[in-house]
Amino acid sequence: MSGAATSRPAGEVVLAARNIAKSYNGVKALKGVNFDIHRGQVTTLFGENGAGKSTLMKILSGVVQPTSGEIVLDGQPIVFSSSTDARNHGISIIHQELSLAPNLSVRDNIFMGREITGPTGVNYAEEERQVRRLLQELEEEIDPLTPVEELRLGQQQIVEIARALSVDSRILIMDEPTSALSATEVEVLFSVIRDLTAKGVSIVYISHHLEEALQITDHAVVLRDGNMTAYAPRADIDLEWIVRNMVGENYDLGNPPAGHDFGPVMLSVRDLTVPDPAGGGYNVVDRMSLDVRAGEIVCIYGLMGAGRTELLETVAGKLSATSGEIVLEGKEISHLAIGERIARGLVLVPEDRQRYGLVQTMSVGQNLSLASIMEFTRGVFTSIKLERALVQKSIRDVTVKTDGPDVPIGSLSGGNQQKVVIGKMLATDPKVILLDEPSRGIDIGAKAEVFRILAHHAAAGQAVVFTTSEVNECLSIAHRIIIMRRGRISAEFTSDITKEKIMAASGEAVAA
Amino acid sequence: MTQTSANRMSSQVSPVKGTSNPIKLLLKGRAFFALIAIVVVFSFLSPNYLTVSNLLIMSSHVAIYGILAIGMLLVILSGGIDLSVGSILALCGVVAGALMQGLELKPLGVILFPPVWAVVVLTCALGAALGALNGILIAWFKVPAFVTTLGVMYMARGIALLQTNGLTYNNLAGRPELGNTGFDWLGFNRLFGVPISVLVLAALAVLTGLMLSRSSFGRWLYAAGGNENAADLSGVPVKRVKITVYTLSGILSAIAGLVLSSQLTSAGPTAGTTYELTAIAAVVIGGAALTGGRGTVGGTMLGAFVIGFLSDGLVIIGVSSYWQTVFTGAVIVLAVLMNTIQYGARGVRQ
Repeated sequence: MSGAATSRPAGEVVLAARNIAKSYNGVKALKGVNFDIHRGQVTTLFGENGAGKSTLMKILSGVVQPTSGEIVLDGQPIVFSSSTDARNHGISIIHQELSLAPNLSVRDNIFMGREITGPTGVNYAEEERQVRRLLQELEEEIDPLTPVEELRLGQQQIVEIARALSVDSRILIMDEPTSALSATEVEVLFSVIRDLTAKGVSIVYISHHLEEALQITDHAVVLRDGNMTAYAPRADIDLEWIVRNMVGENYDLGNPPAGHDFGPVMLSVRDLTVPDPAGGGYNVVDRMSLDVRAGEIVCIYGLMGAGRTELLETVAGKLSATSGEIVLEGKEISHLAIGERIARGLVLVPEDRQRYGLVQTMSVGQNLSLASIMEFTRGVFTSIKLERALVQKSIRDVTVKTDGPDVPIGSLSGGNQQKVVIGKMLATDPKVILLDEPSRGIDIGAKAEVFRILAHHAAAGQAVVFTTSEVNECLSIAHRIIIMRRGRISAEFTSDITKEKIMAASGEAVAA
Repeated sequence: MTQTSANRMSSQVSPVKGTSNPIKLLLKGRAFFALIAIVVVFSFLSPNYLTVSNLLIMSSHVAIYGILAIGMLLVILSGGIDLSVGSILALCGVVAGALMQGLELKPLGVILFPPVWAVVVLTCALGAALGALNGILIAWFKVPAFVTTLGVMYMARGIALLQTNGLTYNNLAGRPELGNTGFDWLGFNRLFGVPISVLVLAALAVLTGLMLSRSSFGRWLYAAGGNENAADLSGVPVKRVKITVYTLSGILSAIAGLVLSSQLTSAGPTAGTTYELTAIAAVVIGGAALTGGRGTVGGTMLGAFVIGFLSDGLVIIGVSSYWQTVFTGAVIVLAVLMNTIQYGARGVRQ
């Protein structure tokens, strides 16, 4: 696309990605992406979760190596062997997940790995002086000697930003730098970004807050499913253009299963309040109420930190609520352990399948049967025959592609591993199925299959609740869409839903 | 029997596919081949090594830390560690010794001489209580296993020393007129020519093997050790599993303490010092991962026999006991190295 109508002339290209592809465990995160970073300008990457934004940024900053393709710096192809190597070439990154050592002070974190040394060891006074100057620039009153763990999340993010600024880089990559910042702090950050670009520093910016990003960006690049789908200068685009390119037009994950009536209310949550499990002192779920009927599919949409995960984990029994009721088929279950809730027909498919879903040391079959061991235990011993039958049925049910039940779980692809986690919980023959981001990190084909399985089970009279941060997934099979924002329901839709309405209610973008 | 069920388990979870490859076969059956090599080498060096009587004597030595190693395997499978087994062994031995000498009830002015079966039951109960203490601190109060069991290790050893004032109970034979004879049965008697202690080890190994491969508890244990979070969310009672394995480890330590004091016909407070390390070594040589979730009773038994047959062999050919320590250490490092190669290769290939 041409940059004819740019507000500022496109600067020379300092860093470029050429046909970059990256696969993890056979899952393609990036499928040949090209894009340019211009001197002294801000380039923003837009895309849904799993579109490949963070992977691309990790490649540009040397954290991971691409499977194929090349990086061109100042017209010369270059390979970054590590993030230190990239930093030496003037590229630094502010990571989405904070990479600070909580036990060390602000000063020690900012100079971690490149301490200023003199004849008597580390020159702490000089480090402290530089840190004070940086924090002043960011208009943040933090004492450089405070341990990072004593700062609130937003301040920690400021420290992370200060660390990246302290390196004097030519190219600065910011992966969701504002997710924990207040509006004033965002304003300060933006003025710092304008100062930097005026000095010729190039910025790559990633944010889920589309409107916010539009304020600062010069160029927009949109990624979808590992492909670059659109590229345009700021003057040519608006919010609607970004959303259209982010979610795509012809993207079909199926329709809500019709032709069956909803049964009685299976799960009822009343005024549930859950404090922040990390000890943040606020409520991640705030007096929330929700009813789900048999045969119904409910989608919970929300941004990161909206409280979706905590809601599901509390209902499943992993976290405990400070107040409120959880009622399954008319019976209060708040006091029950996870195992007892599973036995009564309430299951959770967790978000992070590696950490919470799978036992890597066990086979595919043993993972599938893990939640239903008592089903095939006769007296003291487990029955090999009954377990075989259960595992075979599960493999057919959720269509796992495997060389049999005895292969290690790690030999399966990401999508099939996810189906095993789902199959494990479905094997318990539940009445209510909760799924936290069931489509995270799996390819589009596997996504469609996962949703087909859910639709099938809803039609069979099971209640399904799933969360997602992809609008299209809500629009596909859910009968009802609930938008969560700051621990509460901010909107609820059963018909006449548009992507823009959903995004507006979640706080992602204001409807145009 | 344990062997077969254990092998079936390991082939189920083993990442090494296609055992046709001789190197992979060697790697997978390393503890077995190591044992064969030890037996062959020492038979060559000493004509007395490979005789039925010597093998049985060596096996009765193996029984002590073999029993400890079974408990240690359960704990390691859960992802923990139990440093207190040697001290619990000593404390239980000393308490058994004291009970054999007579339990004096001062207010009543009588001295009770409990029969041997009661001594055994009381001693096992003491081991179970100490193990449960470990388990409760670890599962409920989230104290790291290393620290908890280190503390209990010191406490149990200290109480054993206090109990005897540092001395050893020598007369454990009991007296016929008091009806408490028979304590030496465990350590000295033979059934069909096999020492009772070896039969006890075999029985415990078979029972544990069945529990691990065929009971729901066994599956819970492998899952909890492989990924505690996933097991928890799948409804596995992880806390109960942990408390149970430490309790079982305590009971097995008590049994080992009874066997040892019966073999020695004496019970001393310093018995079993560093046996916890021998038990860990046996488990590791047997191919279990210290990170939890991987390991079999068959492997652990092979590991215990490798250590026992190696150190006894070195004694028989007259090598200094200092060298034994060096060799044992080398075998352990080699075993862990092989574990890393086997389980590490899997991570790389993915």
